[in-house]
Amino acid sequence: MNDRASKPAAPRVGLFVTCLVDLFRPTVGFAAIKLLEEAGCVVEVPLAQTCCGQPAYNSGDRADTRAMAENTIQAFEHFDFVVAPSGSCAGMLKLHYPDLLKGDAGWEARALAFSDKVHELTSFLVDVCGLTGVAATLGDTVTYHDSCSGLRELGVRAQPRRLLASIEGVRLVEMREADVCCGFGGTFCVKYPDISNAIVTKKTEAIDASGAKTLLAGDLGCLMNMAGKLRRQGSKVEVRHVAEVLAGMTDTPPIAGRG
Amino acid sequence: MEITSPAFKQNSAAALADGQLQKALGNVRAGFIDKRRKAIDALPEFEQLRDNARDIKDHALAHLDLYLEAYEAKVLASGGKVHWAESAEDARRIVIDICKSVNARTVTKGKSMITEEIGLNDFLSENGVRPVETDLGEYIIQLRNEHPSHIIAPAVHLNKEQVEADFRRVHTHLPDTRSLEEPEALLDEARTVLREEYFRADVGITGANFLVAETGSSIIVTNEGNGDMTQILPRIHVVMASIEKIVPTLEDAAQILRVLARSATGQEMSVYTTLSTGPRRAGDPDGPEEYHVVLLDNGRSAMLGTEFQDMLRCIRCGACMNHCPVYHAVGGHAYGWVYPGPMGAVLTPSLIGVDKGGQLPNASTFCGRCESVCPMHIPLPKMMRHWREREFERGLNPATQRYGLKLWAFVARRPALYRLATSLTVRALALFGGRRHRFRALPLAGGWTKYRDFPAPEARTFMQLAKEKGLAAKGRAP
Repeated sequence: MNDRASKPAAPRVGLFVTCLVDLFRPTVGFAAIKLLEEAGCVVEVPLAQTCCGQPAYNSGDRADTRAMAENTIQAFEHFDFVVAPSGSCAGMLKLHYPDLLKGDAGWEARALAFSDKVHELTSFLVDVCGLTGVAATLGDTVTYHDSCSGLRELGVRAQPRRLLASIEGVRLVEMREADVCCGFGGTFCVKYPDISNAIVTKKTEAIDASGAKTLLAGDLGCLMNMAGKLRRQGSKVEVRHVAEVLAGMTDTPPIAGRG
Repeated sequence: MEITSPAFKQNSAAALADGQLQKALGNVRAGFIDKRRKAIDALPEFEQLRDNARDIKDHALAHLDLYLEAYEAKVLASGGKVHWAESAEDARRIVIDICKSVNARTVTKGKSMITEEIGLNDFLSENGVRPVETDLGEYIIQLRNEHPSHIIAPAVHLNKEQVEADFRRVHTHLPDTRSLEEPEALLDEARTVLREEYFRADVGITGANFLVAETGSSIIVTNEGNGDMTQILPRIHVVMASIEKIVPTLEDAAQILRVLARSATGQEMSVYTTLSTGPRRAGDPDGPEEYHVVLLDNGRSAMLGTEFQDMLRCIRCGACMNHCPVYHAVGGHAYGWVYPGPMGAVLTPSLIGVDKGGQLPNASTFCGRCESVCPMHIPLPKMMRHWREREFERGLNPATQRYGLKLWAFVARRPALYRLATSLTVRALALFGGRRHRFRALPLAGGWTKYRDFPAPEARTFMQLAKEKGLAAKGRAP
């Protein structure tokens, strides 16, 4: 950013696609690219990205997490912005990397400079790009689950709702306790399956009670958890990442298919 | 008390299958969450008070030795005695010696979590002294021979009908025909029974929400007034307090009181805020003849200067557990020792060892709701993660978990290998996921598919597709 005159006007965004989107839901990645490009960004996808490192970090394995953090920073630090379609991964990059690399002469400053560039997708579109609406249409009643890290670490709450409200034909109904955890918690859901199930059961009750036809959220981990439970319970509610709807890319079958 | 924290998973399974418990836990939202929200919305300066409260405690902890000694000097000057207890055993011995000095037969107790921590009731009983809990919730669970399941609402795991049955079982001197339909009737009955005990007791033991260095006072907050009766009526008042309860001044205590009740029960203040400073002075209409303070360390000073020091700011309001989805699911007893919920998940390994308490900091989704409501800004998830790091360093987590993680990390640290491995995995999964786009069962994913379907991936990884479309960038900085 030193030599502004030689920079193209459009901000260069590195898309941190997240491991779950990479593996399970490429559509979300392409939806993110479409939204970012429509907002006037030039988007690139560094090949060297893998995972933000949360599974290792939250299991107490700092050494492996550090290695992954260094890899991610190296792959992305030359962009103007780093955007992820996930509050959880963006929170890891933005808040936990600096914590992890604190006190390391070679990395601390790089982690902090990198942190400044990191954003969750919907908050980037609204807060940084100044987007007030999107061009998509969808004749549907939707409800939005606030994923924990995005909400509490990054303050993502109004931004996705604001963009959703601009979609022609969408009616947003709030479920009760939209801000309460869905019980996914990364490895938590397989380490403590019984408790995770109790938590997601309360969540799917709230989703069903909202009367919405489609459940949206900004984090694929939570979405897979809730979608898996809804399908198992025989609910008809369809589940998608909010970016898919915002980008008008709803041709792909919903997460975990239809009920 | 017996520690069952290592059996957290089994405890949880039992809790999830317990219909009475699940019904009782359903009351937490209306009882605590909504009331707290209302109280805080009505106080615009709450966030500022929260910052002040944190700063006050941080300051006190940074000068803990100084303030404890200043406090001790003030207690002595007011005619009281201070006993320093390094361990639970020390504290128990000090209390029984005080009881024996007046041949005490009955001890009344105000609510105190550290007497639970040191197992005081059992110890007193074994030594011929009868402890009588006077907080309604504590009284109920004492009748049931249980331990608190919540730090401010010890009987929150029970329903009214269960309490009614217990009262009828124990209070056999009262007529069978009496009505105990209303909660007030239960409270009245407990009050009537306890009134006799207050006069019978030789020693009254209370906890402390604060110790004030400036004045040598201890402060308790209650809603039933039982604490006042406990400390005024017997000949001896014993204050049991852990060392981190200290604050420098009355003004400091007053500031923290403004966040305490709001965070705990949604009240602006508890019904009673009681200060006690020394024994009865000449001319006082009431008060104890002797005033003792037992200052308990029991592992706390070892937390100073570590990544767990912030936990010592805790004022035991219970907001973290009231907002915890895991606590809501399994209740407090599943945590297997004195302190449940997020604060317990951090404190328990500190006090009983991570080898015994290690399950608790793992049993969190890291949703962060606890930290967001903590009036003392304690970074609970971060400290739970620190415990996981300690466990990992010591190799305490299961071998399969460690090797699985190491294998995954080995691959994830090598982007090219990672892309190959993920593309093969996804292709296989997509192939078997079929037209339903999900799996009902999947090898190695039993924990997931026991309760939910597993979403099948789309046919290819994003990176494969992005590469084909020419979107992926190999290079570093241009």
